Amino acid sequence: MANTVLDVQDLSVTFQLRDSEVDAVREMNFQLTEGETLAVVGESGSGKSQAFLSIMGLLARNGRATGKALMGDVNLVGMDKRRLDEYRGRDIAMIFQDPMTSLNPTLRLRTQLAEVLVRHRGFDRKDAVRTSIEMLERVGIPEPAKRANSYPHELSGGMRQRVMIAMALLCQPKILIADEPTTALDVTVQAQMLDLFKSLTEDFGTALVLITHDLGVVAGVADRMMVMYGGRSVETGSVNDLFYDPRHPYTLGLLHSTPHIAHRAERLDPIRGLPPSLEHLPKGCSFNPRCAFCFDRCLEERPPLEPIGGDRKKACFYEGPLRYEEVA
Amino acid sequence: MAGITGKDQVLTTYANKLETLDAPKGRSLTQDALSRLARNKAAVASIAVLVFIVLAAFIGPYFVPWGYSEVDWTSIRKPPDFEKGHYFGTDQNGRDMLARVLQGTQMSLIVAGVATLVSVVIGVIYGAVAGYLGGRVDSVMMRIVDIMYALPYILFVIILVVMFGRHPVLLFVGIGAIEWLTMARIVRGQTLTLKEREFIEAARAGGASPWTIIIRHIVPNLTGPVVIYATLTIPEIIIAESFLSYLGLGVQEPQTSLGTLISAGAPVAEVLPWMLMAPAIVLVTLLFCLTYIGDGLRDALDPKDR
Amino acid sequence: MLRYASRRVLSAIPIAFIAVSICFFILRLAPGGPFDGERALPPLVLANLRAHYNLDQPLINQYFIYIWRLLQGDLGPSMVIEGFEVSQLIAIGFPFTLTLALSAFVIATIIGILAGMVAAVNQNKWPDYVMVLAVMIGVIVPNFLMAALLQLWFGVYLDWFPAGGWVSGRWEYLVLPITVLAWPHAGRISRLMRGSMIEVLGTNYVRTARSKGLGERLVMARHAIKPALVPVVSYLGPGLSYLLTGSLAVEQIFGLPGIGKYFVTAALNRDYGIVLGTTLLYMFIILALNLLVDLLYAWLDPKVRYR
Ligand SMILES: Nc1ncnc2c1ncn2[C@@H]1O[C@H](COP(=O)(O)OP(=O)(O)O)[C@@H](O)[C@H]1O
Ligand SMILES: [Mg+2]
Repeated sequence: MANTVLDVQDLSVTFQLRDSEVDAVREMNFQLTEGETLAVVGESGSGKSQAFLSIMGLLARNGRATGKALMGDVNLVGMDKRRLDEYRGRDIAMIFQDPMTSLNPTLRLRTQLAEVLVRHRGFDRKDAVRTSIEMLERVGIPEPAKRANSYPHELSGGMRQRVMIAMALLCQPKILIADEPTTALDVTVQAQMLDLFKSLTEDFGTALVLITHDLGVVAGVADRMMVMYGGRSVETGSVNDLFYDPRHPYTLGLLHSTPHIAHRAERLDPIRGLPPSLEHLPKGCSFNPRCAFCFDRCLEERPPLEPIGGDRKKACFYEGPLRYEEVA
Repeated sequence: MAGITGKDQVLTTYANKLETLDAPKGRSLTQDALSRLARNKAAVASIAVLVFIVLAAFIGPYFVPWGYSEVDWTSIRKPPDFEKGHYFGTDQNGRDMLARVLQGTQMSLIVAGVATLVSVVIGVIYGAVAGYLGGRVDSVMMRIVDIMYALPYILFVIILVVMFGRHPVLLFVGIGAIEWLTMARIVRGQTLTLKEREFIEAARAGGASPWTIIIRHIVPNLTGPVVIYATLTIPEIIIAESFLSYLGLGVQEPQTSLGTLISAGAPVAEVLPWMLMAPAIVLVTLLFCLTYIGDGLRDALDPKDR
Repeated sequence: MLRYASRRVLSAIPIAFIAVSICFFILRLAPGGPFDGERALPPLVLANLRAHYNLDQPLINQYFIYIWRLLQGDLGPSMVIEGFEVSQLIAIGFPFTLTLALSAFVIATIIGILAGMVAAVNQNKWPDYVMVLAVMIGVIVPNFLMAALLQLWFGVYLDWFPAGGWVSGRWEYLVLPITVLAWPHAGRISRLMRGSMIEVLGTNYVRTARSKGLGERLVMARHAIKPALVPVVSYLGPGLSYLLTGSLAVEQIFGLPGIGKYFVTAALNRDYGIVLGTTLLYMFIILALNLLVDLLYAWLDPKVRYR
């Protein structure tokens, strides 16, 4: 049995607005196993980014996180920033959606890479730069020694994202969180990038959290998958199980709105209705206004996330068969 | 004094934002802006205070017991005295300070208004002509503006003082005449974008002369930038005026302005503090109000979240 | 970088030339001349004087004479202060003005940047509010009024510093003038710095830097300050020229022996030589500062160099 590298318990994120509060993430629970790839999917606004930013201590000023994210026996949530800096970048690293703005435009790549090793590994600058260049080569950047002297604006988006990957993996972290790493890239580059993720995390034994709103990205890369809706995880399980036998109506809807997957169902259908506004979630199950299988209990009670056998969990009261025809 | 309110930057940002929007704007923009302004408490309070000061400056003199150059031989250098009607005290010549402050405020406001008007008119015409004609004329005209930006403004003001020193209003017409650069830049940018719009093309196709098009169609669309420009320019000119008067180069006795009063009050402030404090408080209040109004307008007219 | 620099220097030359011409003609087209003082001079003397300063020649000739001399570095004689070259008078007054303005500039820029950073990091907490208020006061209260109030308070009531005048080598005479000069500049710098720092602290690349666990101090020092300085730097040029001209006023108010004094008297007496000379001096300083700022800008923002 593999080790758990991250154990998230009751994680919630609340943003303070001028005269109200928004709960972007509510009572999330999940575990991440050593070396596995977990895909986190959901429509945009479902709280995917905020959940993991809160673990990294990177919430906006008006945000507050409660709950636990245990890495071994240290809880990262709400940890003092100074102590947290010991872990981020070394044991847990993050890559962001927009490679165009995620690198500092005023510093050479060399500087931005090497500082990680200087900080966490105690390298001197020269060694750090040399190791950084090796890492650049490893992520497939041609002429890495020359590129290391460039400024970010001299590189294409795909190259910059490779630099981000190199930077995140410099200390061979136990966990890598990639927040929509391919969304901003060309389709042709996307596939290469995913392969790169796959091979590098395998080499380093790093557990990968792949946040995405595109199920097409998940297949072939991820081992397990977590579906989020309205700030909650609504279904988790292996990618195979969820793809071939979804148990939550929202997962089903997602599958049928994704081009490469939906062809099996012979047509492409967006989920009806709009993503929920976090400030006005309905009573009972958050998904009930858009759900074809909704019944009276769903309007009153909120379904908890419960094991349904095997390695799977779902948050739904409906126990009957889920057939796409019935959704339409 | 250019750059006291950083208006060049503010206006350029604003104008850039306007240019990137393509929906035609007219009345709705103004109405929308006014309703936002009404929600800004600091700006509303400032407008109220400003209106009060303006009214006091122009109507007040009819209601105070003393004239601004009238000498009361029985009270010379006296602190505020309510029985005799010297609410702000008197100066070394026995003149009523309240009357003088009102007169001084009036003069400062007139001068600032005139100078701002002049600079707006020149700036709008210059910018609209450059932008509308475009091409070589435009690049030469704007090059001239660039060069004038490089000239030390305050030195020009002092040269102007030499030219028009005896006549304060003319002097400030002159100051207005060198303040228009920013306005011209903004207006030119606006004109360039407006020029491409259908309604202008239609007017041109209908045979309207360039002049008519500029006056009828382009100028009315410049309300936003002009209003912001004016609120930012008025305090600049008030400061310029009071500074020149302070140096003895501006408004001359027996007429007075806030700057003249402050320069008279400063040397005797130790013994006759009311002579400095009264005009100083009015000047600072005026400038604070104008700044808050300017900030409020900027936020209100900011097209970013519409 | 070097090519960029030389390109910028070359493009400044025609601007300087045109500006000189504009100054010359504006000044000459103004009514009155240096010799119509209160006491009318005998016609013959006047004619001699005018001939001596070439004022009897057509304006266009005077212009060429002036330009020719200027190219040789000669600003010509003063027409009112007898026996003095303009460059001599500038050499007497300008070092003082420069010292005053530069001290104020350095002090204010440092204070402004630090205050702006502190305010940005403590956004909407008390240090921020204190700074906003201080900036407001500095930017709004005109320098002559600020001078009068400081003179009254610190010069007279508290008697900490001299309220005016100058004794060579005594720094305490410069405290109030520098404060008056520096306050608004520090205010504007800190406002710019606060705004850009807040913006930079919210950028993705600062988030990336934080995610690397660099520690807040290094994030600030290496990742946030440099980009946040960009708008500040673009204001330094205008800021210094503003201080240099503002210094003329402060010298006048505090009775300090800089170039401001000569300039105001010269303008009143239509001493073309001095007015033109000083104006040109300022103009060149401003042009040079703009150039310097552009170069600094190119260093801070690598993208600029390639445009
Ligand atoms: N600083 C903030 N203040 C208020 N609300 C925020 C803030 N940041 C994010 N949110 C809210 O959190 C919700 C979840 O955002 P996010 O996790 O980024 O969604 P996604 O699943 O697309 O990554 C969004 O609906 C957004 O409104
Ligand atoms: Mg996201």
